Amino acid sequence: MALPLFPPERDPGPDFVGLLRMTSGQPEAPARTLDPLTPVQAPHGTTVVALRYLDGVVMAGDRRATAGNIIAHHAMQKVFPADRFSAVAIAGTAGMAIEMVRLFQVQLEHYEKVEGATLSLEGKANQLAQMVRQHLPLAMQGLAVVPLFAGFDTARSTGRIFNYDVTGGHYEDTDFQATGSGGRDARSTIKLGWREGLARDEAVDLAIQSLYDAADEDSATGGPDLVRGIYPIIAVVDAAGYREVPEDEVAERFGALIARRQAERAS
Amino acid sequence: MSMPYYVAPEQVMKDRAEYAQKGIARGRSLVATTYDAGIAMVAENPSRSLHKISEIYDRIAFGGVGKYNEYDQLRVAGVRHADTKGYAYSREDVDARSLANLYAQYLGNVFTHEMKPLEVEILVAELGEGRNQLYHIAYEGTITDEDRFAVLGGDAETITERVSAAWQAEWDLGAAVTAAAVALAGPDRTLGAGDLEVAILSRGNGRRTFRRIDEAELAQLLA
Repeated sequence: MALPLFPPERDPGPDFVGLLRMTSGQPEAPARTLDPLTPVQAPHGTTVVALRYLDGVVMAGDRRATAGNIIAHHAMQKVFPADRFSAVAIAGTAGMAIEMVRLFQVQLEHYEKVEGATLSLEGKANQLAQMVRQHLPLAMQGLAVVPLFAGFDTARSTGRIFNYDVTGGHYEDTDFQATGSGGRDARSTIKLGWREGLARDEAVDLAIQSLYDAADEDSATGGPDLVRGIYPIIAVVDAAGYREVPEDEVAERFGALIARRQAERAS
Repeated sequence: MSMPYYVAPEQVMKDRAEYAQKGIARGRSLVATTYDAGIAMVAENPSRSLHKISEIYDRIAFGGVGKYNEYDQLRVAGVRHADTKGYAYSREDVDARSLANLYAQYLGNVFTHEMKPLEVEILVAELGEGRNQLYHIAYEGTITDEDRFAVLGGDAETITERVSAAWQAEWDLGAAVTAAAVALAGPDRTLGAGDLEVAILSRGNGRRTFRRIDEAELAQLLA
């Protein structure tokens, strides 16, 4: 390995993906030799949600990955810190999605170190859009990756949510968004419970409720697994940065939700 | 037909070394020292945006003195090397030793083969679990490793004497930074928070251990 120095006219600047292409030939444009008639059966991640609250955003994702009718993983992580003030959640082909998140995390940190400044939240959202767009040929073969991006905009002191489609199109959602196979069900629950100025605990409860309802309607979304003690991952991003809600607290809130539902049925 | 003059190789190397030393001596110096929670780097630098000290990776920092454009290019190459390596393998596999060797090779190569040597001296600092490493690389590629403190710059000898007299194992950040500032200033002047650039690699900072100390915090440390 030699020191990666470039003449000024070929310098990749703070672009990590460009740097990878110039040094190791990876990640290149995806190979297009897959037969489009035989879609690859790879594990899929499912429902993820994001909603804005008073001090920032809450992001949550269930833990199930499916391959056709098989449950491929019981405890997959779908919500990740992108950097200190943003989070990314993924739905779609798990292997591709996790690799995309890893590259995205390195890209944000690389930019920050090379430039000596952090990207704006919108800049980060655009970077992710480019990665999703580059992935389009593989998405056409059934290996789609659809992320959800949310963070705390330090310049505007507010939480913001960005939603993506397979072509890399990204749209800002003012209040909440959900994606993945159970996304529609989760969104209905959030739509009913969301209002301006939710407190942190209310927002976390709403996210929990939405995933519970999605798991109720969608077989690919995992509910709370009380036997193994696996609960959705819930992250909060506010002015203090990205933090995951402790598992004990998530378990407790699910317990409360289940007790409430049981009481409703009994009455 | 004119004949090129013969110049002895000893003379060529001597001239190049002199040229590089002169360039480095024009700039201001830098002191890096271990302290109880990690490594502190202190540089005399009135600029708030053209840094001498920067982050390379989770536990690795870079310091450079001499010509800004030359050491900044090396800094960016270091970030690129570390990030590519961490992406290809794992974050744990990125170490300062291999990066310091690459820097040494590059500087040595430029010194022997190019017309103009680089007018820089650089430092690669790594926060270890038990032992910290400070790799000091000179303009001609000479690499030395220290585990107590390192001084970079034109006036390194006298500053080294001053740091050496004050140095204590496991001192706290305030004592370390104050001693470094006094050593950089010398007997005839004092350096305040506005004249210094300070950054630390600290065990308490989570995954990315690098943190810059801003002017207000620095003023408190120096008080």
